[in-house]
Amino acid sequence: MIAYIIRRLLYAIPILLGVNIFTFSLFFVVNSPDDMARMHLGDKHVTPEAIESWKADRGYEKPLLVNAGQQGMARFTDTIFFQKSVNLFIFNFGQSDSGRDILYDISQRMWPSLAIAIPVLLVGLLVNITFALLIAFFRATYIDIWGVVLCVIMMSISGLFYIIGGQFVASKLLHLVPISGYETGFAAIKFLILPVIIGVIGGIGAGTRWYRTLFLEEINKDYVRTARAKGLAEQIILFRHVFKNALIPILTGVVVILPLLFMGSLITESFFGIPGLGSYTIDAINNQDFAIVRAMVFLGSVLYITGLILTDISYTFVDPRVRLS
Amino acid sequence: MPELVFLWTDILVFLLVALVTVFILYARKRPHLSRPWRMVFSSRIGISSVIVLLFYVVVGLMDSVHYRPDADASDEKSVEMLSLLDFALSDMRLQQEKTYSAPLATHLYTKENIEQPDGTTIRDYPRLKYGGAHLDDPVNDYSRDLFKQTITGVSIGIVIWAVVAVILVAILSLNNHQSFNDQLRIIMHGDPVIPWRTALWTLLAMLVLLATLYNLSQYYHVLGTDKVGEDVLYQALKSIRTGLLIGTLTTLVMLPAAILLGIMAGYFKGWVDDLIQYTYTTLNSIPGVLLIAAAILMMQIYMSNHEADFASLVERADMRLLFLCMILGVTSWTGLCRLLRGEALKLSELDYVQASTAFGVGHFTIILKHILPNVVHIVLITVVLDFSGLVLAEAVLSYVNIGVDPSTNSWGNMINSARLEMAREPIVWWSLTASLFFMFTLVLAANLFSDVVRDAFDPRLRSQS
Repeated sequence: MIAYIIRRLLYAIPILLGVNIFTFSLFFVVNSPDDMARMHLGDKHVTPEAIESWKADRGYEKPLLVNAGQQGMARFTDTIFFQKSVNLFIFNFGQSDSGRDILYDISQRMWPSLAIAIPVLLVGLLVNITFALLIAFFRATYIDIWGVVLCVIMMSISGLFYIIGGQFVASKLLHLVPISGYETGFAAIKFLILPVIIGVIGGIGAGTRWYRTLFLEEINKDYVRTARAKGLAEQIILFRHVFKNALIPILTGVVVILPLLFMGSLITESFFGIPGLGSYTIDAINNQDFAIVRAMVFLGSVLYITGLILTDISYTFVDPRVRLS
Repeated sequence: MPELVFLWTDILVFLLVALVTVFILYARKRPHLSRPWRMVFSSRIGISSVIVLLFYVVVGLMDSVHYRPDADASDEKSVEMLSLLDFALSDMRLQQEKTYSAPLATHLYTKENIEQPDGTTIRDYPRLKYGGAHLDDPVNDYSRDLFKQTITGVSIGIVIWAVVAVILVAILSLNNHQSFNDQLRIIMHGDPVIPWRTALWTLLAMLVLLATLYNLSQYYHVLGTDKVGEDVLYQALKSIRTGLLIGTLTTLVMLPAAILLGIMAGYFKGWVDDLIQYTYTTLNSIPGVLLIAAAILMMQIYMSNHEADFASLVERADMRLLFLCMILGVTSWTGLCRLLRGEALKLSELDYVQASTAFGVGHFTIILKHILPNVVHIVLITVVLDFSGLVLAEAVLSYVNIGVDPSTNSWGNMINSARLEMAREPIVWWSLTASLFFMFTLVLAANLFSDVVRDAFDPRLRSQS
């Protein structure tokens, strides 16, 4: 088990290296730092001196891969690739364009993101599983058919509609909660409740339908037929046998996205003005702050790979038949 | 003289149409492909969603035939590029008001100082330049005229429908060697093979809606006008092309890579498999939105530094749309690739593939003859399933400013600009509603269609239900 985890962690290194090389070539090779400087400074202020000082401010004045002007190891360490990409491995994200430490900003901003993402996940799971069980219990009746139709309709509505509509009804018409904003501590609840509800509602369609499929898959298996043959009540079959077995794919599906919860939701956070990592990313995109975007790409990859490893481990806990070797 | 213009996306659209045609001809003769399709068309949901999608596709295709109305003129106007759809909707396109006006309104939405004939000015809602301009007395005539135009539109729709229905029944009766009346009776009582009755009802609903909208749009702005006075219905219709392009071109762009790499990984195994798996795990581990954002940022820089490469704003917006499709393709091919790898892994162990290898058939031939035809259904299901997600993604990306060019008509851009309108007092709701409704209809039809397609092509699911 431990050997397996170590092997998986080691396997993550080439992948992260690949991500790094990919982003490096995307950010520095496709467009040279000069191009970025020109774009950033705008048409009016483009002078060679301005470009040089823009690059020097951000440490982009170094050569890309090999620094011929240096001796020994510094030939390779005093380059953009080493300074900007390899440093990501030790979570040294450097500074943003506004001169703030990116790692510090991320550590501050992940809490509001989690404050939305975790309730959305938990409440969403509860609601979706309840609905899916209900539909599975009444399978092949009108409740089932119309339930699925409703799910498809809810899936087809753009997430933007849920947010705009929810804000309009709850905040503008009924004045229940403020439209957007954030406070620290418990005062944040009044800002968080609407995004959480909207997040849950937006996920019902796809979630319920998916869980319904999982339940129905279990219901058609042999052990359920056996249970029915020995005369168990349908409720007991559903809750004691089907539910438990269907939890395996549900749980592992949740585990894989757990780490990514840190990243927050881009759209929700920017609509509700919540200072989480999602709105941090959007601001960085809009301000063309490449350092932040690069850091977030790397962080996202790390979290995704963590999620994959956690999923494999969680399989051994929920399903004793699975052994990792 | 009008001169045809081919944008890059237009070419790809026609390539796609050609591919679909070839596929239909190919599938007709092969029962394992044509039978599931017959199942799709024999379901009532399937056939009605196909008809709704067809209307979208026709609008999108009409919008993909571009031309310059006056190629010889050398003034600024000649740069302007129109599509067949623009031509069909010339009234809507040209009848631009001053600013906001509500759906079917005869007056502007904001008060202005109006100069009276006697020299005094009053502050009131001015008449629209085009919307309801044919009415002498808008207060009294308005509702009667609206009723009259609606009835006219509905009747036109019914007449067109009747013509189409008669032609359809005639063709069917010729095909089935039956008299016209017998065929009609079969359809009325519900055809056991293909639910033509449902198809005709859907067609009736769509045609009546379309004819009514079109007839009303000759006299009014059916869905109102936006901030600069542009017709919202026109914008929503123009956005159809963008939505369809994102949904289809993205998969078209990613298909070759996904199919080739997926099958190679599963068939050759060994280091080829390792390399391909490594590639898609790496790409997959980058969060999609961030990858798109990074790529679009880089493209913006490239475009702003190479402005001379693009002849016109339209071409630039077109390149951006194409690039967005490509980058969306990069983020979405990994799923299909993994599926295909698994399937190819399974197929390459089967007896007939083993036998071919033993007979000394080349790898290329085995892949082309034995593996590829057996994974077509997976490709098909994925393409259809991805479509609706991509249409929805476009709106979100445009909202974050990493979607299509702001000058391109798209539902995402409409929603984006509508956000500020929601904060106005009184609110301007029609732009948002129109874009959401058009998008909802397309995505709903696509979702229902993809469900039917998946059920028809996936034997595992079929046995369960």
